[in-house]
Amino acid sequence: MSQRLIYLDNNATTPVDPRVVDTMIPYFYDKPGNAASRSHPFGWMAEEAVDYAREQVANLIDVDPKEIIFTSGATEADNLALKGVFEMYRRKGNHIITAKTEHKAVIDACQKIEKLGGEVTYLDVKDDGLIDLDELEKAITDKTILVSIMWANNETGVIQPMKEIGAICEKHGVLLMSDATQAVGKVPVHPKEVGIHLMAFTAHKMYGPKGVGALFVNRKKPRVKVTAQMDGGGHERGMRSGTLNVPGIVGFGKAAELAKKEMAQDAERVSKLRDRLEQSLVDRLEEVYVNGNPNSRMPHVANISFKHVEGEGLMMTFNQNIALSSGSACTSASLEPSYVLIAMGLGDDLAHSSLRFSLGRFTTDEEIDFTIDAIANGVNHMRDLSPIWEMYKEGVDLESVEWSEH
Amino acid sequence: MAYSEKVLEHFKNPRNVGTLDKSKKTVGTGLVGAPECGDVMRLQIEVDEATGKISDAKFKTFGCGSAIASSSLATEWLKGKSVDEAMTIDNMDIVEELALPPVKIHCSVLAEDAIKSAIKDYQDKNTVLAEAVVAEEVK
Repeated sequence: MSQRLIYLDNNATTPVDPRVVDTMIPYFYDKPGNAASRSHPFGWMAEEAVDYAREQVANLIDVDPKEIIFTSGATEADNLALKGVFEMYRRKGNHIITAKTEHKAVIDACQKIEKLGGEVTYLDVKDDGLIDLDELEKAITDKTILVSIMWANNETGVIQPMKEIGAICEKHGVLLMSDATQAVGKVPVHPKEVGIHLMAFTAHKMYGPKGVGALFVNRKKPRVKVTAQMDGGGHERGMRSGTLNVPGIVGFGKAAELAKKEMAQDAERVSKLRDRLEQSLVDRLEEVYVNGNPNSRMPHVANISFKHVEGEGLMMTFNQNIALSSGSACTSASLEPSYVLIAMGLGDDLAHSSLRFSLGRFTTDEEIDFTIDAIANGVNHMRDLSPIWEMYKEGVDLESVEWSEH
Repeated sequence: MAYSEKVLEHFKNPRNVGTLDKSKKTVGTGLVGAPECGDVMRLQIEVDEATGKISDAKFKTFGCGSAIASSSLATEWLKGKSVDEAMTIDNMDIVEELALPPVKIHCSVLAEDAIKSAIKDYQDKNTVLAEAVVAEEVK
């Protein structure tokens, strides 16, 4: 095993595939044009490159290229969809429905909308991370204009029942938006098949560059419009002003093309690695809990709690060699553990004890072998140091202990 | 966030990990924090009755690297001190020694609480015993 740092944080961002980098390079110097420059060949070349990339991206999710609005990333696309729909459809109603486990880009945009006079329902999720479809249907009122449910969760990889959600929205004539940032490029995502009208996603979670994302906006049946959130030159059919990031968009297009071609084999290979990682840890250690519905989950994500071990401390045992994330509060300044795991009904203690492994296209067998050993050793080491593990082993009922909360 | 060298050193080689017999009257045990908060420290001292000094100190901690380093350092400092001297250990001394960043100051506060709690447990045990002895003598 070389001393190379093992990267298992692909849900945070993916490395850019070298084939993507190669396609981007000409657009920095040789072809520097602005895609909006209509009067010379530099502009034409840039426009052509953007058009081609738009087709590649549209192909991946099976929509019309005209339905792709390029943005700076998924956060901007989420904001544009939510705030843009709220502004555009406010006369019809002011109610939006979303879920407690959404990404901060959705939750915080919704909170802003509440300050602007909107009403937002944040649906609970079940213990497996899925929303309750009955709860969703019950939450819809005659004021509801939009339902926003993520395709796959960033922390647990849990995939929501988008088809059923789409049917409910269709039945009640409500728009459906989905933050599909973690799903696009890794599993088949076809918004039109399931009745999604707006969908946010980004290049840098699918082996493309950072700083470029997209919002899919349905054009026909129904024709959906969003109010631009940035004023300027009226790019992207008036929905998103700002000079297009040509090299980034070219890279996004290439990443989409590769994903379409290689998604199935990547997913199959990576899910085997993920399953082996999970199974080995469950076999080798006591009190290991896999979080999230195992039957409706992204192929490359494992979110695991190691009881009576604090996540950040555990990470310190191996973070010189392995990069991943924890749901522990200690990784954030807020001292609150993962709100996603808490919404799934995990106790604070199990939330603090969680690690998120997100594998990727470049993860190898050897890296997983090394990781299994490192995690198992780390958990054992931390349990030797843990007073609550000792108490648990002695049969003390931890619920009955009077802890001094601080 | 990068850790200081000293935190890493204590984390990799924690001093005085272990358990003392809490039923002994010369042993004081402090258990502070809560699993829900992501930090639990158990710190124990054993006092040599002849000299009145802390002869041994042990800890176990559930928590982040800074919490483990803070409690490891605390046990190092406790050994050889009298109970009164131990009471003067301040969390800011730990912050300074380990170069803890602001978001990790609570780890040092917890370590100070653990020290005080262990001393109180020791004193409670021995005060009760002393009173019992006095009561016996009065009879």
